[in-house]
Amino acid sequence: MNATNGFTPGHSYFEATARQRLQQILDAGSFREFLAPETVEVSPHLAALDLPGAFDDGVIIGAASLGGRRVLVAAQEGRFMGGSVGEIHGAKIVGLLRRAVAERPDAVLLLVDSGGVRLHEANAGLIAISEIMRAVLTVRAAGVPVLALVGGSCGAFGGMGIVAKLCSAILISEEGRLALSGPEVIETVMGVEEFDSKDRALVWRVTGGKHRYLMGDCAELVEDDSAAFRLGALEYLDTHGEPEPSLFTLRAVQQHLSDRMVRFGAYRDGLEVWADLGVAQPQQVPLLDRDSLVALKKGLPA
Amino acid sequence: MNLMEKLEFKFPAQAGKTSPITALCGVVGSGNLEILVRTGSDADVCEVSIKTSARGFGEIWQAVLTDFAEHNPAGGTRIFINDMGATPAVVSLRLGQALTEYLGVAQ
Repeated sequence: MNATNGFTPGHSYFEATARQRLQQILDAGSFREFLAPETVEVSPHLAALDLPGAFDDGVIIGAASLGGRRVLVAAQEGRFMGGSVGEIHGAKIVGLLRRAVAERPDAVLLLVDSGGVRLHEANAGLIAISEIMRAVLTVRAAGVPVLALVGGSCGAFGGMGIVAKLCSAILISEEGRLALSGPEVIETVMGVEEFDSKDRALVWRVTGGKHRYLMGDCAELVEDDSAAFRLGALEYLDTHGEPEPSLFTLRAVQQHLSDRMVRFGAYRDGLEVWADLGVAQPQQVPLLDRDSLVALKKGLPA
Repeated sequence: MNLMEKLEFKFPAQAGKTSPITALCGVVGSGNLEILVRTGSDADVCEVSIKTSARGFGEIWQAVLTDFAEHNPAGGTRIFINDMGATPAVVSLRLGQALTEYLGVAQ
């Protein structure tokens, strides 16, 4: 279906479980899990609330190879409590990232599929998220790129939306979503006039993969296919190193975001943003396939 | 209050092969469950521990698991289940899937 993209489509990334995604993306048979089920505690917070936990607390971590590169990888399971970050879940990711600082693998992959902090675990979950943020930056400062892959049903929201943006780059599919507050949260706090979370098309026009790609928030837009995510990650690692942290770059990014607020801040819908970006027929954007959208973005004024 | 229920079962079952792995199938999501299978202590017993968010279905678990233990070489396994309201059909399918995965690398 996608000759130009050079992969054989097979498995929907969106439909796959976290464990299936690891099998489909990494080199066959290379994944070695750390803290496998039954070797770590199940969440004591969920048990205290009389809720069944999961053996892996909703995240799988380990070492593997990707196209022969040594990688450390974490995959969140969006179907378990919205991929939420509880204390153990967060500690597993932080431990993986700290290991990356010590071992210097070729890259770290974060298969993000999460609504953010696990509210049941309150402060423990919030602290875990902030530790993940710090650890991501430490890994990058050590010269190891951290890639976020976003294409699951929970997208990357809340604290994990921030974590994704702290990564070296984000690979996203059309199905993927990226934002801070989730649609339901915005509607609950600000009212349906502010944001109608039941309008799924609107939700995707504001948080979805195509919008994030057009806005430049994500490095690559890929098909909803594990092979496409694999290829996208390999292409990124082939063509990018991890740059030295630079105050100049940070200030430039901050200025870009400030300018963006001024330019787009009053808009209510992705359609208005795309028109401003120079898209001639913004209403066609949701209907375009991946390759057409990538071509469209390349043709936009800088 | 919809509190979690913990259930324990032991069934006589045809002894299967011993596998070196711990198999894990499924996800603790709505209408779904995860099943972990590892080697148990008794070769012709299948021992099952369940944590479920759906209370009051002990008899149905008993029936589904009895059927599973009667029709599969599940002896010698220790099974742990975390459930979020899976239907009996889903439970049966996952049990079969988990045992197949466990025995797939049997020695």
